[in-house]
Amino acid sequence: MPDGASALSLVLGGDPALYAIVGLSLLVSLSATALAALVALPLGAMLALVDFPGRAFVVVVINAFMGLPPVVVGLAVFLLLSRSGPLGFLGLLFSPKAMIIAQALLVLPIIAALTRQTIEDLWAEYRDELTAMRVGPAARVATLLWDARFSLLTTLLAGFGRAAAEVGTVMIVGGNIDGFTRTMTTAIALETSKGDLPLAMGLGLVLITVIVGVNTAAWGVRRIGELKSG
Amino acid sequence: MRALQTDLPIVLDDVSLHANETTIIRHVALVLSPGTPTIVVGPNGSGKSTLIRLAMGLIAPTTGHITWGGRAESDGRRRAMVFQRPVMLRRLAAANVAYALKVAGIDRAVRTERARDLLDRVGLGDLAARPARRLSGGEQQRLALARALARDPEVLFLDEPTASLDPAATKAVEDIVRAVAQSGVKVVMATHDLGQARRMAGDIVFLVRGRVAERTDAERFFTAPATPEAAAFVRGDLVI
Repeated sequence: MPDGASALSLVLGGDPALYAIVGLSLLVSLSATALAALVALPLGAMLALVDFPGRAFVVVVINAFMGLPPVVVGLAVFLLLSRSGPLGFLGLLFSPKAMIIAQALLVLPIIAALTRQTIEDLWAEYRDELTAMRVGPAARVATLLWDARFSLLTTLLAGFGRAAAEVGTVMIVGGNIDGFTRTMTTAIALETSKGDLPLAMGLGLVLITVIVGVNTAAWGVRRIGELKSG
Repeated sequence: MRALQTDLPIVLDDVSLHANETTIIRHVALVLSPGTPTIVVGPNGSGKSTLIRLAMGLIAPTTGHITWGGRAESDGRRRAMVFQRPVMLRRLAAANVAYALKVAGIDRAVRTERARDLLDRVGLGDLAARPARRLSGGEQQRLALARALARDPEVLFLDEPTASLDPAATKAVEDIVRAVAQSGVKVVMATHDLGQARRMAGDIVFLVRGRVAERTDAERFFTAPATPEAAAFVRGDLVI
């Protein structure tokens, strides 16, 4: 019969099952953030720099999608990946890969929208100078992304925070399978519904600690980077 | 090819520029030829910056034509510009110059060495490893000069490069620009500082309300200005 003390002893005692859950949560959310960033950073920069018909519409849609409900994204990915869905043949449903895809879709609009804003502001500052140097369009994107790197790190953290904290998509496409697709958030939801509040609270503390830890590391990287290169 | 493809002279033929309802440049005819520095003077809002940007090719005129070395199109490879408030890339001083060298198509192998030479040329050799944004205003402006020189320009445009600098920093910038001009680069500089115009020119282009009121050599401009506006400007009266 677990209580607060036993939750603590799970954490401090290095319970392998608990650490597997923590590890999977980190793996899924970090991979999802990285995957989303691969698309969202260039997409956001392009939206900031390139004017095309319908640009305003795309910007508004992406901004709106920052608030996508995770369960809806989960449902959409579930339908895509389910046995009878268009991508069902991949057999990805109820696997960590499916969870990564779903979370990536969830955070992509956040990273893209914040990147667009950051790059647009930086471009206003850099425009004259880069134009005078005759910097081409592709090099502009690269230059601005690189020079905004410290702000964009915060953008990535916003994406990671969203991914690590959500429960809807991973529950739906992962299925909360013990030892395979159980993450901290789905475990908390499960333990809470089972009435094991101390364990749920213990897991909640671990989750918060992990998120604070990742943010602290990123903050350190940012500080050191800024000190070294301005 | 480069020697053939000179951007000089730069010819502005009846150039006007309107922005919305405002006319910023009115029927300007101007030829910028190789030689001593051309200093663009005039009161604030007279269109100095805009004229420089037009000649640099950053903006297109509303009416009229601009040609570089007789060509209406030019890739601007050998034109460089220094702004009043230069934007420092968020990198080290040396990396700022290396970036300009890269954009100018300089081979990676020689970039580091060239960057060092350029930094030495503007007296920033010791600050190469300093983040550019942590440099003082005067140092940033000299770094902007090094970046501009990285393009190996035949024309160097400067838009009030010392407007926000103290006298010592101003002198450092002027010394570099003078040396650049003596090395055969055509310098075209906007300033509202008459003392600076006197020290640097060359010849003078005097702008009032977007119109070239006077174009003459500096000696004559300061001793015997032809127009009443120029006379008032040289006396230090307010010209609006």
